This record gives sequence, structure tokens and C-alpha cells, in this order.
Amino acid sequence: MQWSKKLVSSAVLMASAAMIAPAAMADTIRIATEGAYAPFNFIDSSGQPGGFDVEIANALCEKMEANCEIVTQDWDGIIPGLRARRYDAIIASMSITEERERVVAFTNPYYSNVLAFIGPKGSDMATDADSLAGKTLGAQRATIAGQYLEDELGSVVNVRLYDTQDNAYLDLAAGRLDGMVSDKFPAYDWLQTDAGGNFEFKGDDIDIDDKIAIAVRLNDTELKERFNAALEAIVEDGTYAEINAKYFPFSIY
Amino acid sequence: MSELIIQFSQWLLTLTQGAEPWDSYARYLPRLMDGVWVTLQLVIVSGIAGFIMAIPLALMRIAKSPWLWVLPYCYIFFFRGTPLLVQIFLVYYGLSQFESLRNLGWIWTDVLSQPYWCAIIAFSLNTSAYIAELFRGAIQAVPKGEVEAAQSLGMSRRKQYQHIILPRAFGIILPAYGNEVILMLKGSALASTITLLDLMGATRGAIARTYMSLEFFLLAGALYLMLTAILIGFFRLLENWYNAHQHATRMPVNKLDAQLRDKHIEDNAR
Repeated sequence: MQWSKKLVSSAVLMASAAMIAPAAMADTIRIATEGAYAPFNFIDSSGQPGGFDVEIANALCEKMEANCEIVTQDWDGIIPGLRARRYDAIIASMSITEERERVVAFTNPYYSNVLAFIGPKGSDMATDADSLAGKTLGAQRATIAGQYLEDELGSVVNVRLYDTQDNAYLDLAAGRLDGMVSDKFPAYDWLQTDAGGNFEFKGDDIDIDDKIAIAVRLNDTELKERFNAALEAIVEDGTYAEINAKYFPFSIY
Repeated sequence: MSELIIQFSQWLLTLTQGAEPWDSYARYLPRLMDGVWVTLQLVIVSGIAGFIMAIPLALMRIAKSPWLWVLPYCYIFFFRGTPLLVQIFLVYYGLSQFESLRNLGWIWTDVLSQPYWCAIIAFSLNTSAYIAELFRGAIQAVPKGEVEAAQSLGMSRRKQYQHIILPRAFGIILPAYGNEVILMLKGSALASTITLLDLMGATRGAIARTYMSLEFFLLAGALYLMLTAILIGFFRLLENWYNAHQHATRMPVNKLDAQLRDKHIEDNAR
């Protein structure tokens, strides 16, 4: 009968509203970021987290009309901390990977990472395997750039893997490396500095289908959907483009 | 706690049943063995270089004139007083900041730009400071009577050092020197921070690819333990040979000539 169906559906609606409502009201969403991946997330001179990730997080929270608290957490412990409910989401330029998808849920991507070669300005450095043969290239260990370097070029070039991106930059500037492979956007930031001024991107970007998204707990579907809706909203109303333009002269979405 | 034990035993179970860790072990073991070889080279080369540098350092350190001892004193103070990691970074990342160094030809291209040689330089400098300090103590601990005996034979100072004091001091520092080499072996794991693929570097590479940190750190630990065992064995042999006088089997006291018996020997026999 028509009316009973309606009744059931409205009961369901009410019930779900009742379930969502306390969450939406109580809610302070605690968001973790790393604070060591400029310009996406870093600790500014006043000790506050800042950067692209943080601004996106704030824009999303505004759209969701939620109270957000942003905390910083070292990269190693960032997923365990989420699972231990010390915060509810991670907005820290985290790539979607199979391994991570087993333990956390990802929203829709909020930007795509590409890799790029960096070499000394003015040199004509071709980036195909033949021209790179025998050269020394660096990357950060345990990153997608490092894996790419080992897998694609490991047989022809000398691969040097660094603990931190900064150490790889140091060695590039010191002339120990002929070039390096890196995530393009943070490298863009380095190229703007004094030390990076003598270097530039070489060849084409390497598209490695690397999508960056917000991580939430596996069962936290509701929060995931709220983030997705808010993300769509800030892309549509231009907030996203505005934040993007502050950091990069090209779109990273 | 009980949960931990359960989790640990579950993990052990997967290790014995599942093929996964063993597959990865098989795949990465050759690289780890290459790493073992690099680690051994680092320890042996810097162990020898450090030892050679330590002797003049120690001799200057015990000199009476401040002009002679102040430099080695500061050197030893610095290298014993700062973390090895800092020293490696200073040699590797610090030196490369000086533009003029890069125009030195082969010194830059073949030595200072190579992580391998930078590691060896840093380790040699570090270990030489420790060994020099060991030597200083040992030279001062050479029994006075032996030095006096040498003097009474009319040996020159140089000869005294060459034939009596330094060889005796070497015997005295041997056990502590073996210890220092073992510390060096473990310290050499820091070479992985300057991109060198020593045992630690190879292990971290394997972990970055497989995410099996527990499994590979355990394997690396076992390999380091093996290397340590070899070093301990080597130094034990060296000690038995060099300090043979201390290891000669003792004759039971009652078989000894009655005139040779004294309280000292009997105490030792007990």
C-alpha cells in the first residue's frame, strides 16, 4: 500500500536524520596532517600548520559547517593514529595505494600527483633511458619517485636513494647528482628557492596515476560522503581554484 | 600483554606457514649479501686506516709539550664527543657546500663526491679518535719495569717505543680494540643515511618495496649478529696468538718447583 511505504521511508529518513544529527552537531572533526611536506603541509613560523592541504581542509570544513581541529602527526604513525581514533581524517597529501586501502577508506581525490625530472638549468638533458645511461640520479627512498627510478631506470643509471627529500636536493645542488626524479609539486616549491634556482624541470611529466585523497576510517562512510560532497562544492564554486592559484600557477586537480 | 603474545604467535605462524616472507627473503637476499660485503669493506678499511692514524695521535697526545698534545686532544675530544651521524653528515653534506672543493679534480670526482669514500673518511676519523685514546691509556699502562729494563739496555727512546712500548701497548689494547671494531660495525649502519647500500641500506630498500619491516629488520639483525660473531672469533684468535703469554696453560701449583712457589702464583691458581 502506498501510505505504508511512505511511512516506512519517512521513518527511515527520520531515523537516519536522528543518527546524523548528533554527529553533525557535536562535531569537531579532528584532522591530521604531517607538517613536513611543503608547500602542501608545513609548520609556519608561528608554529601553526599551514599549506595547501591545510587550506583545503579548512575550506572543506567551512562547506561542511563543521568545527575542525588540525593536528600534526609524523608520517610513520599517521595511519595508526587514525585507526586509534586520535583524529578522524588525514589530509596530508596521501596517495591512494592498494596497501593503504586495506586499512583506511579514501575520499575522491583532491589532486593528482605527477613525477618530474629535475636537472641543471641550461643543460639539454633528455629523459629517455638511452640518454640517461650512466648518469647518477637521485630520489627519496620509499617514495613513488624512488620506486619509479629503481624500476624504470635502475638498470641503466646509478640510483641514489635519500632518507629525506631535502638531502636529495642538497646533493643535487652539490653536483653529486646529474638529476633527480621527484614529486613535481613540492619540487616546484624548491625550484623557487635560492638553492633550487639553478635547476629546472626536464622532459615531460611522468604520469603515474597517483591520486591524492583524504583518508578516513574504513567504517566511517558518513564522514567520507560529507568530505566528497564538500570537495565537489569547493571545486564548483571556485574556492579550490583560488587556493590552487596561491601555490601553483598551473592546476593540480 | 596477552594480546601482544597472541599477535606475536600469530605472526610467527604466518612466518612458518605462509610463503610470502620467504619469497621476499629469497628475492632480496642477494642484495642484502651485497650489502654485507659493503659493510665489511667499510669496517675493515676504516678499521685499518683508523688504527694507523691512531698511533701518531696517541704519541702526540702523551707528549709533555702542550704544543704537541693540544691538537690531538681537541681532535679526540671532538670525535668522541659528537655523534657519528653528525660527523658523517659533516663530511658528506658539509664539505660539498664549499664550491672550491668541487674544482679539485679527482679529489672531488673520485673521493669526496662518492658516498663510499665519505663514509670511510668519517668512520676512520671517528674510530682513530677512540683507538688513540685506548693507545694512550695502554702506553701509560706498560709496566714501568719493562721500560726501565729497556732503558738499562741502553735502548734509544725510539727503539724503546718500537720494540717494547708499542708492541706491549698493542697487546694491552687488543681486547678493547676488538670491542671498538664491533662498535664500528654497528655504527656503519649509519652509512645508509648517505645513500650507501650497505647491509642497512639494502635492508631499508627491501622494506620500502615490501613493507615487511619486522621480517627484514630481523633478517638484518641476524646478519649483523653473524658478522659480529666472525669479528669476535677473529679477535679471540689474534689475542690468543699475540698475548700467548697470558693464555699459556697453567701448571698445577703442586707440580711446580718448590722454589718457584709463592703466594702470588698460588692466588692465581685458585
